[in-house]
Amino acid sequence: MLTLRFRHTAKGRLSGKTDKAIIGVVASGNLEVLLERVLAGAACEVVIATPLRGYDATWKAVVAEFVERSSPGGLRISINDGGARPDTVYLRLMQGCALMEAE
Amino acid sequence: MVDWQSERQARDERLVAGNKFAEGKMVAPDAATALLEALIRPGDRICLEGDNQKQADFLAACLVKANPKVLHDLHVVQSGIVLPEHIDLFEKGIARRLDYSYSGPQGAAVARALNSGKIELGAIHTYIELFARYVVDLTPHVALTVARSADRQGNLYMGPNTEDSPSVIEATAFKGGIVVAQVNDVVDKLPRVDIPGDRVDFVVVAPKPFYVEPLFTRDPASITEIQILAAMMAIKGIYAEYGIKRLNHGIGFNTAAIELLLPTYAEKLGLKGKIATHWALNPHPTLIPAIESGWVKQIHSFGSEVGMDAYMRARSDIYFTGRDGSMSSNRMYCQLAGLYATDLFIGSTLQIDLNGNSSTVTADRIAGFGGAPNMGSDAHGRRHPSEPWLKAGREASDGHPHLARGRKLVVQLVESFSEKMVPVFVEKLDSLDLAEKFKLDLAPVMIYGDDVTHIISEEGIANLLLCRTAEEREQAIRGIAGFTEVGRGRDRKMVEKLRERKIIRRPEDLGINPLDAHRSMLAARSIEDLMHWSGNLYDPPNKFRNW
Repeated sequence: MLTLRFRHTAKGRLSGKTDKAIIGVVASGNLEVLLERVLAGAACEVVIATPLRGYDATWKAVVAEFVERSSPGGLRISINDGGARPDTVYLRLMQGCALMEAE
Repeated sequence: MVDWQSERQARDERLVAGNKFAEGKMVAPDAATALLEALIRPGDRICLEGDNQKQADFLAACLVKANPKVLHDLHVVQSGIVLPEHIDLFEKGIARRLDYSYSGPQGAAVARALNSGKIELGAIHTYIELFARYVVDLTPHVALTVARSADRQGNLYMGPNTEDSPSVIEATAFKGGIVVAQVNDVVDKLPRVDIPGDRVDFVVVAPKPFYVEPLFTRDPASITEIQILAAMMAIKGIYAEYGIKRLNHGIGFNTAAIELLLPTYAEKLGLKGKIATHWALNPHPTLIPAIESGWVKQIHSFGSEVGMDAYMRARSDIYFTGRDGSMSSNRMYCQLAGLYATDLFIGSTLQIDLNGNSSTVTADRIAGFGGAPNMGSDAHGRRHPSEPWLKAGREASDGHPHLARGRKLVVQLVESFSEKMVPVFVEKLDSLDLAEKFKLDLAPVMIYGDDVTHIISEEGIANLLLCRTAEEREQAIRGIAGFTEVGRGRDRKMVEKLRERKIIRRPEDLGINPLDAHRSMLAARSIEDLMHWSGNLYDPPNKFRNW
């Protein structure tokens, strides 16, 4: 397992009050995402555990795009990756945010 | 003296030669190879039917057994190069020249035979293009067809698998050619007559029923959430936006997802009766839930689909059926319907370049075209208006409204990466390399960029109708190309501007909740579910039964 860690400052805090959410499953080509509202201000941290080497640049691009588009300030996001495609990763992140924003 | 009836005389000579092996029109299966050797002449154009669905597989096997010293240099003019026997004809030197449409499973073998000089390629056609040439310059001398049943007069019953046969047989029979049919059985009274007996010269009862490929069955169990997300965008951003009632779907899980979202997601949006009512479409099992929920008014089909016979018989309000109750298909008519009478084609592809050209060619495979280039093109001969067609035309043109023509919506529905992380969006299509390697005059392009109106990926919809410059077009495509190299090479500022002009629309711009991209949204999640929806009338082929 390889661990990647990305820290960003988002445009703002994510709306909603949910403290914690999990979405997805760890399976081949899929991933599990844990979102926790534990960081101060607009800070956002994404920690990825992945079995695949050589995709650092792709992960970096996916996380940057996600932070840019959804403003997930306050979240620590832990990803347990099963070798998912970047489009699936991105969808899971968006789904996780939607869960955290739900009242 | 000019002889104006030499063709008829030649045909009579062939018939005399063939009659030695026949009793009336009936030929015993073990005499079939000898019959073909007697009927066919070296250099003949032959059509061994044979499309992407049904196969005259017994006649194919018999023809391969012919002596290449007797039968050689045949010119094969048929829509599908699908069976290994079709390739064997060339390997054995029985056939030399080839004009065809589709070679899905034999794509690699066609490429190899082309490379080794065993196949001399005329051209790769679309279906109606090849059928059209049957009556101009590629008329078969001999057609080997396939039917479910015959009677003693040679009348043929094809049932739901009529497919290419009327086009092939009409061209052959009325231009001095010979028609031989392989049938499953001979009966006293046929359920209905699809081909009149006076167009059929010989009938062979095959030892086994003919093969049909279940090409249009997609197991809902394999549909992913990414495909569901893109399908929701298609429904909300295109079907609803343009009011698409008349349409064709390609084969693939992406479009199967749309079919399975009609009774759920689209129903929730209040779209029932407003979209997707009239179809030019094979009998896709994944459309059963929408039919059962009252979404679909009628469907005309190119061919049949294995396991759908009883269901279609019971739903004759929806399908075209004969007086006997069984469904009837016709590839020529349905292709024309897709070209002239639908307002939208949506299908998937393997590669799209920065101009929107798309291709399903991969290295070393020549899979052919089938019908997609006709479905996926704007028919310049169309003259009847419809609201979606006019709206698309208005978007494409800033000119005088009375002279602006409409546009058919041609939508490519893809995921930015296909299997094994292979990018779908590319700078250069593989088909260009292939054309060079095999010295083809024309690089095989499935759908040309100037016919494509929209591209949908999981990242969004690119509306190419609204683009005014080549640069806008390129950035619109890059802007939905996800995390592929092409996508990451976008000009972010320009993409944001295109988004403001609604040339690019993201799921969030369309008000799509990513949590709805869930398999529970599918009306059926397995083949077994489809069976239940059909009231157990749908009888799935064994390879799809996993319970």
